[in-house]
Amino acid sequence: MAIKVLHHGLATTVQDLGRPGYFHLGIPVGGAMDRLAMRAANLLVGNDEGAAGLEAVFMGPKLEFTEDALVAVTGADMPAKVDGVVQPGWTAFKVKAGQVLSFDFLKSGARIYIAVSGGIDVPVALGSRSTYPIGALGGYKGRPLAPGDELPVGAGSLASEGRALAEEYRRKPGTPAALRVLPGLYWDRLTDEAKDNFFADEWKVAPEADRMGYRFRGGRKLSFVERKQPFGAGSDPSNIVDSCYPYGSIQVPGGTEPIILHRDAVSGGGYFMVGTVISADMDLIGQLQPHTPARFVKVTMEEALAARAERAGLLERLRASLN
Amino acid sequence: MTTRYTFGGDEHLFVECSDEMSLEAFFKGLSMAKGVRESGIKGVTEICPANASFQIKFNPDIIKPDDILREVKAIEGAAEKAEPVIKTRIVEIPVFYNDPWTHETLMRFRERHQEPTGTDLDYAAKINDYSSVETFINAHSGSPWFVSMVGFVAGLPFMYQMVERQRQIEVPKYLRPRTDTPKLTVGHGGCFGCIYSVRGAGGYQMFGITPMPIFDASQSVSYLRDFMVFFRPGDIVKFKAIGREAYDQAVEDVDTGKFSPPIREVSFDLREYQKDIDGYNAKLEGMLYGH
Repeated sequence: MAIKVLHHGLATTVQDLGRPGYFHLGIPVGGAMDRLAMRAANLLVGNDEGAAGLEAVFMGPKLEFTEDALVAVTGADMPAKVDGVVQPGWTAFKVKAGQVLSFDFLKSGARIYIAVSGGIDVPVALGSRSTYPIGALGGYKGRPLAPGDELPVGAGSLASEGRALAEEYRRKPGTPAALRVLPGLYWDRLTDEAKDNFFADEWKVAPEADRMGYRFRGGRKLSFVERKQPFGAGSDPSNIVDSCYPYGSIQVPGGTEPIILHRDAVSGGGYFMVGTVISADMDLIGQLQPHTPARFVKVTMEEALAARAERAGLLERLRASLN
Repeated sequence: MTTRYTFGGDEHLFVECSDEMSLEAFFKGLSMAKGVRESGIKGVTEICPANASFQIKFNPDIIKPDDILREVKAIEGAAEKAEPVIKTRIVEIPVFYNDPWTHETLMRFRERHQEPTGTDLDYAAKINDYSSVETFINAHSGSPWFVSMVGFVAGLPFMYQMVERQRQIEVPKYLRPRTDTPKLTVGHGGCFGCIYSVRGAGGYQMFGITPMPIFDASQSVSYLRDFMVFFRPGDIVKFKAIGREAYDQAVEDVDTGKFSPPIREVSFDLREYQKDIDGYNAKLEGMLYGH
């Protein structure tokens, strides 16, 4: 069983839940940016949650199936079509041998997840099938898909078509999108005024937004507490001695444009960070389009943990609803 | 040197041993990271050492943030008392300085540089008070370098020059980062040297290129068959200046599987090193070349 790539969309990659354990060598966790959507797509077609599927951003691919398969598309609202016939989202549907899966225009969100019964069966690299293009690691030949590629598919299970997930699992960014942030790391490099402005201002997702990081514009420039720069840090007040970067950490080079590091993050560098987006809101970032208004919302560790528990509860209910 | 603890969201504990770079800060971080690993704190999923800090990724469903903070703080005292001695290795890395590929690239991005005329080497030599590019290259390849962090992208080493602070090469990064850097470029930013393991964006000044791959996802390079990443924190690097002919030969040797970098196991003692830096370096070099 295989899938022939007729068109690759904009940037479509093989992803699963990632390869933890190698960040200390600069290799990021990778995997689906919207993990809940990836898990949901897999569960709908009877796969393990960690099976490999496809992540497509802004524009869907065009895929021809060589054998019958069960497919589900989750994440952004971008209607799937089988030989031109629209299929419901967040629902398992059948694609027959010779049929073509394509997509309508993106209506909301940013990334879709395409799960196929049996999973995309590319070789496992460092414990994962996720694509890390910079290192030419994992995925299909270490790169995004291209026309002519043939994706191997594993043996599928017997899940039935028509299974669907309720609305409550389909998370969409609000207007403005609210991203909860725990201040920390080098937060105290900022003046009190800059600390207030960071959370008070409305920002916009910049066009430079990808799997490595999401850049934001539109807020006031942040000012720094004056200091003599420490040895090795570099001369700009936003420079630090190169350190690790947490996933979700927000660096602001030059104090101008915040960048949130995501699943394909660089593992470290020399820019100070004001804090970190909480784990419960990382999936949401993957569904933000450029120009989307966004606000950073200050939370405490207790609130971060409560939000995390709420997301875990949602995932439990999602699993139970498909059993 | 005051250790600072802070959380990176609900999944990371960030520990800064010092806000300025020094080998003491690096050793303290390395020693604490080792202590955390050996103590087997439940819920710890990843430990990433950096230059003067380190980061722990943990699962807050297994260990509460306050609990991991307490456990890591308890390790600090013991780590401070640990002997600053590591078993490591010294490796020779050939460098073709002033090569045509980084030269082409630096010319392409000249408008992003501090000095529109001249090269990155010219600029670095000048602001570090070297009389010529040649004497600068002699200094760059004259002393060993300590790998104080591996990261940014896959397998990229940050290297700290093993000389007194006043002799350390320091250069600013490009005014605006380049969108391209040749693979295996030897660069420098702030007080750190680096080798770009893959082609891509970068802001460090570019001095030359090495023929020796240091990351290979396909694991076809002979000395990367066991693991795709060459460097580990604590490695000691000695650069060797080579010309075009030796560079081409080395590239061919890599392709045919004949290239093997000179590597020796060594023990590094920070106290001995600090007593007599040049003498200690000479001893390390002696071990590398077996005399």
